[in-house]
Amino acid sequence: MCTRLIGILGALVLLAACSSTPETPPGGPGGPQSLGGPGTGSRSGLPGSQQDLEASAGDRVFFAFDRSDITPEAQQILARQADWLRRYPNVTVTIEGHADERGTREYNLALGERRAQAVKNVLVAMGIPAGRISTISYGKERPAVVGSSEEAYAQNRRAVTTVN
Amino acid sequence: MTRSRRIFAGAVTTALVTLLYLGVTARAELRIDITSGKIEPMPIAIPSFLGGAANESQAGRDIAGVVSADLERSGLFRPLDPRSFIQNISASDAQPRFPDWRQINAQALVTGLVTTQGDGRLRVEFRLWDVFAEQQLTGYGYTTTQQNWRRIAHIIADEIYKRITGEEGYFDTRIVYVSESGPPDKRVKRLAIMDQDGANNRFLTDGRALVLTPRFSPTAQEITYLSYANGAPRVYLFNIDTGQQEVIGDFPGMTFAPRFSPDGNRVVLSRAENGVSNLFVLDLRTRRPTRLTDSQAIDTSPCFSPDGSKIVFNSDRGGSQQLYMMNADGSEVKRISFGSGKYGTPVWSPRGDQIAFTKIDGGSFFIGVMRPDGSGERLLTRDFLVEAPTWAPNGRVLMYFRQTPSDSRGHGGSTRLFSIDLTGSNQREVITPQDASDPTWSPLLR
Repeated sequence: MCTRLIGILGALVLLAACSSTPETPPGGPGGPQSLGGPGTGSRSGLPGSQQDLEASAGDRVFFAFDRSDITPEAQQILARQADWLRRYPNVTVTIEGHADERGTREYNLALGERRAQAVKNVLVAMGIPAGRISTISYGKERPAVVGSSEEAYAQNRRAVTTVN
Repeated sequence: MTRSRRIFAGAVTTALVTLLYLGVTARAELRIDITSGKIEPMPIAIPSFLGGAANESQAGRDIAGVVSADLERSGLFRPLDPRSFIQNISASDAQPRFPDWRQINAQALVTGLVTTQGDGRLRVEFRLWDVFAEQQLTGYGYTTTQQNWRRIAHIIADEIYKRITGEEGYFDTRIVYVSESGPPDKRVKRLAIMDQDGANNRFLTDGRALVLTPRFSPTAQEITYLSYANGAPRVYLFNIDTGQQEVIGDFPGMTFAPRFSPDGNRVVLSRAENGVSNLFVLDLRTRRPTRLTDSQAIDTSPCFSPDGSKIVFNSDRGGSQQLYMMNADGSEVKRISFGSGKYGTPVWSPRGDQIAFTKIDGGSFFIGVMRPDGSGERLLTRDFLVEAPTWAPNGRVLMYFRQTPSDSRGHGGSTRLFSIDLTGSNQREVITPQDASDPTWSPLLR
């Protein structure tokens, strides 16, 4: 019982240390992971898996309305993604580009593609071979968060790195 | 594969029915001017068509019902309540007792007859009468299979519309659209087709692959659309009669936003390469693509003019989403939208005189029209989200979809089709079995 408590506290301290930089908007899914039992390896998934990527680096970056430029916060997340990709050189990824619902359908497909490409360009500039990264756009078709609110829209303007 | 026009199962043959001349004094022509804004709908009486056998008189009631509904929905006609009729029409070719119809203030009267031919096919005759001039205006006879009675009703409604307004009708048409179901973050989308009045709705795809933005061919029973089948967004052709689907935009990178050329032989579309989207035209016979734009921007939503000489499209090459015009070979690009806000989804009217579009300004969405040179911008409707206008073949009516906001649990949002006159009046919901978006209007089926 006592050792379990210490284990939980230890995990708390570790996670707090890792997540000190505000890398995502409030409530962003790329932030600190929820606490569970004492440090289980399966919580962050197998090495090189999607869960491992999410735990180590964060799997997504966000964009301002109608924009595809990479913010400083996004830059930090992508730097960690690049580190992670270097650690697992056999992993290939697909960058999914998305838009919120406040635009027309075809333009949003193109905007999602532009966002995905913007992320790919950053990863390539950080040394990841372009052949390991493909892109796909879903425009406004696949919101991550439902609801017609600014909070939901901010979560939906995103590029998500998914392990193939 | 030949790009020939298909004669499909609903073929209808026509014969002009002899006009009855009743020697009468000249009078002002029975006519509606549909360009003049708010119109007082013309009172018209449409009694059930006559029929001897039970199936014939049933068809006679059904056809009169569909004709009435089409004309009423146009906003230009007011079919009178049959319970107010004084004369009981007993012969469709005899002169009506006009004073009876004048008494209930009918300006126009439609009579008809349904018979069965020796080969089992239905023969339907109708006559349109000018009640005050006491004259038959027009009349035709049609022959088709029993099951095809709806098409005859729509063809008759088009004839009446044309005779009274001077414009081609739009009732003998179909709509292909995207049928939607499920929560917003797990939306299931299927291509569906229906008559323009909502009848005969059927699904064309099974919902396993995301499908978007279908567009009718002007010359064949064919759709071009975007599908994520096989995990990659590509432009496809769908044959409505056979159900066969084939990819036509199989380049590396996403192809999307397809539209047919007016001759049906080419598809203009957007192709994404390295984050940039440019316009290409694809010859359907050779499958060879020709590049039209080479910008570092988003160029999308292209649409040919009805004469095929120009293309209007959507681009943010100037810094924001606007409408541009160019020659069909990609030369002489110029911007045509200059109002406040952003513009998208440009669609050229079949009459060539207007371009419809979606506009986003101050957080609201609008459906609007402008002349091809960009002047005369008029906004027809405004809402939380309205998008994707498509023109009826007579260039007088638009259909689009409207989406309402959803709450944080994803409830409350609905997506439905609506139609509206070019004048901005007569906005109506189009009834579909599920939620619906991305409508495309067929040409007249005849």
